[in-house]
Amino acid sequence: MESELLLRTEGVRKSFEGTPVLSGISLELRAGEILGLVGENGAGKSTFVKCLLGLHRPDSGSITFLGRDLLRTGPAGIAAIPQEFNLVKDLTVAENIFLGREPGRFGFLNRSLMRSESRRLLQKLDVEIDPERKIDSLSVAEKQMVEIAKALSVDCRLLIMDEPTTVLNQKESAILFRIMRELKAGGTSILFISHRLEEIRTICDRVAVLRDGVLVSCDPAESLDAMEIARRMVGRELKQMFPPTVPPSGPPLLTVENLSSGKEVKHVSFELQAGITGLAGLAGAGRTELAETICALRKRSSGSVKLAGETLHLRKPADALAHGIVYLSEDRQGSGILTEFPLDRNVTLSSLRRYCHAGIINREAERACAESYVKKFRIKTASLETELKYLSGGNQQKVALAKCLDNCPRVFLFDEPTRGVDIGARSDLYEFIRELAASGVACLLISSDLEEIIGMCDRVLVMRAGELAGTLEKEHVTEEEIMYLATGVN
Amino acid sequence: MQPESTNGIRRLTTLLKSTGGPWAALVVLLLVCCISNEHFRSVQNLVNITRQVSYSGLIALGMTFVIAGGGIDLSVGSLLAFSGVISILGMNAVPGSETLAVAVAAVIAVALGAAGGAANGALVALGKVPPFIATLGTLVIFRSLALYFGNSGLVSSENEVYREIGGAVIGGIPLPVWILLILTVVLSLVLKRTRLGRHICAVGSNERVARYAAIRTGLVKFYTYLIAGTTAGISALLFGGRLNSVSSTSAGLSYELDAIAAVIIGGSSMNGGKASVWGTLAGILILGIVSNVLDMWGISVTLQGTVKGLVIIIAVMMQRKTLK
Ligand SMILES: Nc1ncnc2c1ncn2[C@@H]1O[C@H](COP(=O)(O)OP(=O)(O)OP(=O)(O)O)[C@@H](O)[C@H]1O
Ligand SMILES: [Mg+2]
Repeated sequence: MESELLLRTEGVRKSFEGTPVLSGISLELRAGEILGLVGENGAGKSTFVKCLLGLHRPDSGSITFLGRDLLRTGPAGIAAIPQEFNLVKDLTVAENIFLGREPGRFGFLNRSLMRSESRRLLQKLDVEIDPERKIDSLSVAEKQMVEIAKALSVDCRLLIMDEPTTVLNQKESAILFRIMRELKAGGTSILFISHRLEEIRTICDRVAVLRDGVLVSCDPAESLDAMEIARRMVGRELKQMFPPTVPPSGPPLLTVENLSSGKEVKHVSFELQAGITGLAGLAGAGRTELAETICALRKRSSGSVKLAGETLHLRKPADALAHGIVYLSEDRQGSGILTEFPLDRNVTLSSLRRYCHAGIINREAERACAESYVKKFRIKTASLETELKYLSGGNQQKVALAKCLDNCPRVFLFDEPTRGVDIGARSDLYEFIRELAASGVACLLISSDLEEIIGMCDRVLVMRAGELAGTLEKEHVTEEEIMYLATGVN
Repeated sequence: MQPESTNGIRRLTTLLKSTGGPWAALVVLLLVCCISNEHFRSVQNLVNITRQVSYSGLIALGMTFVIAGGGIDLSVGSLLAFSGVISILGMNAVPGSETLAVAVAAVIAVALGAAGGAANGALVALGKVPPFIATLGTLVIFRSLALYFGNSGLVSSENEVYREIGGAVIGGIPLPVWILLILTVVLSLVLKRTRLGRHICAVGSNERVARYAAIRTGLVKFYTYLIAGTTAGISALLFGGRLNSVSSTSAGLSYELDAIAAVIIGGSSMNGGKASVWGTLAGILILGIVSNVLDMWGISVTLQGTVKGLVIIIAVMMQRKTLK
């Protein structure tokens, strides 16, 4: 017997300033069903979600939820994990989880209940985060976990997840999937968005494919494979995902010796040569912290950094940049881009000096540069002046990458470079990283996506609990060996 | 990409959006006042208004930079009094040539203003003191120093050259107004067209992102206070020349509030990151016209604050509307 119909949208349309983003989306979602929603960057997935959540009002069309008109009654009964974190950075984890619906007693906050509830939710996700910590002090993966916990704390019939796994590794994703299955068994429906097509295929019952705001298909997951989904997303045949690797070669370009920073990075030493080196590890292993310490974004408590044999005295981020050491942050909106700034000014944010003469900006040159990146990465934007908050997540990511690249790096530390980037654009980016590495740049690829690390790197450093657990070369770069080093257990 | 023509239109609309609102409001206000009151529309009165607003207007220009960088400077009014008092004392101490004395006073006023601004900047950038608190502290300090050196009274000079410069009118426009206009043009270019200006807005928009982009955020913030202090020093010099004296008790009193109000009315974001120097000029003119008109209607000075406050609130509410 078919289960109860939970959500039905009919002909949902939405356009921004005359540009259509959704052109009539008609979907159905049954109770206890997991529906995957995929599509290229800027296809309209997040916009559709925002329509369901009442954050955007559709221009036309209807949305029925639990038999009621959602556009009138509001999104009660729907919980969501937004694509961009919606956390108050000065509040604690527990305060964020219960934001706006704090449990109270006689008008006072019931702090102990908030704490214990938060702890229980986080435990369910198998993460060790103290509910009393401030959001500001969390890593991106931890913030993601808090967002998930927050959504799970709401009693809901429909859970919307907009790219929850982009910064999670396999282990963390697996826990999430287990919880999703539990919810499903309890009759909760889930709308799941991801660019990792394998996970879409394994967790979802049906897969809806959006292309340029049009729903091109909605079929059972078992009838599709990842290649087929990708083909429907982009509307053409996709080439090989990973280009040939560029093994590190030549003299060491960057030498890190005995580097430490607080409790996060402990006595790490390694060398980077021209080519691509991977850096793997679980969340909290200290990969981001290591990169930030190299770039003087974080205080180092011991150790040294050498570039081509010469010891560098890096006191501030500008020093690292001046030597051509560039870091792409994993925290896109937190530290990567200015959402209130136009696209072109974001691209030149750290390389502005090159477009200046005697301190005066040459706008023509600046715009030409931004335009070249828009072309190169196929960034979907209305204009060069569009503020970044109006771009889709994946396109914002491309701008963040362009911003770093524009500094002509000698050493490039990529932290989750393809976060939220769609499958087609991702293979373009990989090709691009490969060319960069082949031209003599030392690239360090930090990623929570093991497939990406294995596909791109011939040499992988693995961190565990702030220390370098080991280095894997060539045929040893396998999932098992990386996980063994990352966790310390077989 | 957009074809050139629509690109031009887009640029014009963004320009209008960022500065047009306050200027449109100014024009409407001016028209209404001119039509409704014949005394108001006399050239002499209009010139007077511009002179009256020029002193706090100069400070407002500097304040635009501080607010663009995500800060606030409450000390500028006191700093005006302090550097005004000391510069006149310095002028009186120079024997012989009156012109030389004025030159000395000019150097003292601007240098002290800059030094005061630098002190604020150092507190905020190096000392990591929240701007509101740092400049609240220096507000009290500068005023107290002004009172101390000015014996809690009027500090005046007999320098005729100073009086002449302070009251100079060139082409029908008073000197302070000229300087206000010139600085508006220059500072607007600094904010919109230079690397420093871009960095100021970046720091104000999101300091963490700016830091990750290898922008020297502390230095950038320091510069904003330096600029604000310097404009306060320039303002002090012109202010003293008007009457050849500076009152250590009342000079520059609550100028910081007028300046902040002008910046807000001018459409800059209080959260930093978005600012317009030309907008600030419109803001300060709006405030000047409002108090002038209230004067003409015979509304007591004490009640004028209520109206000013309402103007500020309405201006901000209107901006919120257009943003949505
Ligand atoms: N508020 C807005 N104003 C104008 N345009 C917008 C706005 N929000 C989204 N857009 C545009 O709508 C299109 C779809 O954006 P959306 O965020 O829905 O994409 P997405 O499918 O979620 O992509 P991604 O995979 O990158 O997250 C984009 O081209 C974006 O520029
Ligand atoms: Mg999205």
